[in-house]
Amino acid sequence: MSQPDRIFIKGNEAIARGALAAGAKCFFGYPITPQNDIPEFMSQAIVDAGGQFVQAESEVAAANMLLGAAACGIRSLTSSSSPGISLKQEALSYMAGSEVPGVIVNVSRGGPGLGDIGPSQADYFQSVKGGGHGDYKLLVLAPGTVQEAYDLTIKAFDLAFKYRNPVMILADAIIGQMKEPVVPWTPEHRDPNEGRTWGLVGAKDRAPRLVKSLFLEDGALAGQNLKLQAKYKRMQSEVDQELFLTDDAELIVVAFGSIGRIVKSTVRKLRAQGKKVGLVRPITLFPFPADVLLGLAKQGKRFITIEHNMGQMVEDVRLAIRTVADSDFYAQLPGTLPTPDDFEEPILKALEG
Amino acid sequence: MSMYQDAIIAGFGGQGVMLIGNLLAYAGMDAGLNVTYIPVYGPEMRGGTANCTVVVSDDVIGSPIIRSPVSLIIMNGPSLDKFQPMLQDNGILILNSSLIDPAQTEKNRVQVFAVPVNEIADSLGNTRMANMVALGAYVQATGVLPVKRVQDSLVSVISAHYSHMIPKNAEALQAGADYVVQHGRYA
Repeated sequence: MSQPDRIFIKGNEAIARGALAAGAKCFFGYPITPQNDIPEFMSQAIVDAGGQFVQAESEVAAANMLLGAAACGIRSLTSSSSPGISLKQEALSYMAGSEVPGVIVNVSRGGPGLGDIGPSQADYFQSVKGGGHGDYKLLVLAPGTVQEAYDLTIKAFDLAFKYRNPVMILADAIIGQMKEPVVPWTPEHRDPNEGRTWGLVGAKDRAPRLVKSLFLEDGALAGQNLKLQAKYKRMQSEVDQELFLTDDAELIVVAFGSIGRIVKSTVRKLRAQGKKVGLVRPITLFPFPADVLLGLAKQGKRFITIEHNMGQMVEDVRLAIRTVADSDFYAQLPGTLPTPDDFEEPILKALEG
Repeated sequence: MSMYQDAIIAGFGGQGVMLIGNLLAYAGMDAGLNVTYIPVYGPEMRGGTANCTVVVSDDVIGSPIIRSPVSLIIMNGPSLDKFQPMLQDNGILILNSSLIDPAQTEKNRVQVFAVPVNEIADSLGNTRMANMVALGAYVQATGVLPVKRVQDSLVSVISAHYSHMIPKNAEALQAGADYVVQHGRYA
């Protein structure tokens, strides 16, 4: 049963190692708890891998360095936690508007304001609804295990370059700080010329390129927005979720990230008592698995959404199933630590209707 | 029958509670089991108590955070005050009786193993190995893993620079286990 190829690492380190496995060559950061293990690890490891590490003078600077590296078609990332991610929003809007690929890691903590340094999922709205200005979308991936933190970081780089769009890893302090066994892997093939067909890589023997988010010419911005919207529609094909015991369930619990995995324990316990509950754990938050939820709603199932915030993803759940059903909501308060026991009562209450 | 064990390991910063938490988790992983480890981090670490939570199971582990643990390793007085009330009935409590009077434990509600870990470590020549003595006692009292399995995983948590310390630490693990065999439960 021995699995010698497993390594035992924190979620933060798994994200950093996943980025290196994906071929990341630039890291730009600024310290903040609870994600400091990422820059600490990267400060050595990305340099050893032939890349660049910069501890910037601020989060704003780090995010704009990411914009710059991304414009050159270089696989790059920045990481921070909630208050620092707020500071990066301007550059994220510019990256989306300029259509450049990059990975932004949010190991989120409690808010609003400085909040606390504990886990929270209260950055859901900021991640999936914009955060910066303008009509834009990030692809948002929410790991529920340390292995998934590794795997999704690799996927994030592929998606970023596939769509020329910023991709966010939305983890939290639980995923970032906990250690679990991880099987590391390296993607087999990557196009060595990715980014060279559009990036700012030197204009010798060809016409110069322009990477920009400013569109003043008559009709240009309208055209850019239509182009972006078409791209966001294409991104719907990337939707991903974990379904756990949903087939015969009467009640579906919807929960993402760390709360998704913790709720899974509650679901297993209640199943052992004969309660027909199942779990949908969205892995992509944008695109959101709305069709999957609607399909389950049409089977007559009822819903409860559980989040480590005051009620954010529940709005997307309600929107998805609005024609046939509604969702209850249970808030794990930011500033508290969730355990499976906390969710038994609200799930049972929703099950009884 | 599925196997499940969780533990909160708590003490002063510097007593090595994070190290033995990591060691227990590594040993579980090396035994082919699922494991999680989560430390406290941030301001708690300066001066107060440090603690970490380890879960070992042959099944998928949901929560790495445990409110009512089935076992505790308690290295100092403040940690006993904080965590003993959370320990499940009949749970296992490994107590550093070098620093804490075992009379303070709820010995009729939980299974207490009072181990003078500092004195045992001193007798082995290095008081800093008290944490290993405590972990050895824990492994013996719970039966979560063979002591040998934990000893074999020392190489994963002790850096190459200190590899010469591994045999002594292995000895300390054994000494803790032996103490539990010889003295049994605190009654």
